[in-house]
Amino acid sequence: MAEKEKKKSRERDEAKNVIYLENVNIAYSDANGVPALMNINLKIKKGEFVFIVGDSGSGKSTLIKLLLKELTADSGRVIVNGYDLSTMRHSKVPKFRRGLGVVFQDFRLLKDRNVYENVAFAQRIVMRPEREIRKNVPTMLSLVGLAGKYKAKPKQLSGGEQQRVAVARALVNRPTILLADEPTGNLDYRNTNDIMKLLEKVNENGTTVVVVTHNRDIVNEMQKRVITLKQGVIVSDEKKGAYIDD
Amino acid sequence: MINTFFYSLGQGVKNVFRNKWFTLASLATISACLFVFGIFVAVVINVNHIVKTVEEGVSVTVYFNEGIEQDRINQIQDLVTKRPEVYRCDFVSADEAWAEFSKKLGENAEGFTENPLADSENLQIYLNDVSKQADLVKYLESVEGIRKINKSELTANTLSGVKAVVTYVSVGMIILLLAVSIFLISNTVTIGISVRKEEINIMKYIGATDFFVRAPFVFEGIIIGLVGSLIPVIVLYVLYNAAFDFLRSNFSFLNDYVSYVSAGEVFAYLAPASIIIGVGIGFFGSFFTVRKHLHV
Repeated sequence: MAEKEKKKSRERDEAKNVIYLENVNIAYSDANGVPALMNINLKIKKGEFVFIVGDSGSGKSTLIKLLLKELTADSGRVIVNGYDLSTMRHSKVPKFRRGLGVVFQDFRLLKDRNVYENVAFAQRIVMRPEREIRKNVPTMLSLVGLAGKYKAKPKQLSGGEQQRVAVARALVNRPTILLADEPTGNLDYRNTNDIMKLLEKVNENGTTVVVVTHNRDIVNEMQKRVITLKQGVIVSDEKKGAYIDD
Repeated sequence: MINTFFYSLGQGVKNVFRNKWFTLASLATISACLFVFGIFVAVVINVNHIVKTVEEGVSVTVYFNEGIEQDRINQIQDLVTKRPEVYRCDFVSADEAWAEFSKKLGENAEGFTENPLADSENLQIYLNDVSKQADLVKYLESVEGIRKINKSELTANTLSGVKAVVTYVSVGMIILLLAVSIFLISNTVTIGISVRKEEINIMKYIGATDFFVRAPFVFEGIIIGLVGSLIPVIVLYVLYNAAFDFLRSNFSFLNDYVSYVSAGEVFAYLAPASIIIGVGIGFFGSFFTVRKHLHV
């Protein structure tokens, strides 16, 4: 009876949280079996804004890769948007990823295509009709403040503008979760603030936002939930946290 | 689905122009390989044709017992004609034999009042494969009514040898050329696609299916393969015709002994073969090279 109750409670937990990690372990084969993440338990609810912080080598990027199904955990359960990533087949990965938006430190835009095409590209992948693409892309570019630069190529934009294009591309398919891996790592103070405000706005519209960063200032300023990783272990998880120094 | 098909096709065409250096390198590699392949195939087709022409001229002559009935001769001709290695079997009457021989004798033949070749009616047997001459002769020796069999063992053996060498060398060279072509082309494609690994990564992170990622690359490969095969086919066609005319007009003394295959006949095989190889290499080269980068 107790076992059944436990199972039900776990199922409720999985359904309530868009990200659910239970006893997750992973080690890189080329690191002589040294674990990159150890016994990770993590729950992130729909609509939350979460910072994941830690020094280099703390396991932040590994965590993002797990959530993207770029890596598979050696043990434990990883459930994102209701998909169990531990058992997911390669053919199901594209459909799963369409529910996520991803932003990287290095923007990862298609350099030979203009701003409009970079954003439209994400819609073409999910086979949106051309008519819808022509409507959605300008709306998204307005949201990130780049409506006037839709014809520009990435190299004609500043770092901040390129990152805003990346955010527009990540959001155009209306994902439930936005994963941002060091989104301000290549930006100056002013552009960093602009991007963080944009992410906050996205979150206010109902999207769960997970930001991996080592930018102390923005974490302390925004007063959001902060999960701190150290050597592959979660050492703190604060509701309105700050960047913990060593 | 149709939208995706046309989008991928459009992207494939755009990629051809976007990645100019990759396109040029791939085109040059495919064209060069198929050009060498084409020259070799054209030479092999002509050598085979010449050997076959000479082969068809080699005959076995069969003479009959004295006083043999014409019915028995007809019977033997039927039996021989039905054999699989026999290409043609002609009956030559004694009168025809003398008429032919007297042509060679010229004025010297005028002294003869009767046919000196009265018993020389014969069958001229032409083979479709001279290496089977020994089998045929063995068979003819067992046939009743045959007095003598004339054959040219040296010619038959030499031709069989030449044919075997040409076949083995040509098959070997074609396999070698194809292997080298595939190696060179897949290397070019690998380098070209590795440069665009990031583009593939971005597509995969956004949620593109393997098909969506692969299709533009495959279309691009097919286009490059098609153009890369058409260039050498056109160039070779022009060169072949020029060489054909040159040999016929400048080496006209050879025309009685050697006949060449016309460009039309050579290219009826060579053009589709080159296009299939070019498109095939473009298709499989891009298909398998992209696969390496899909597990992101």
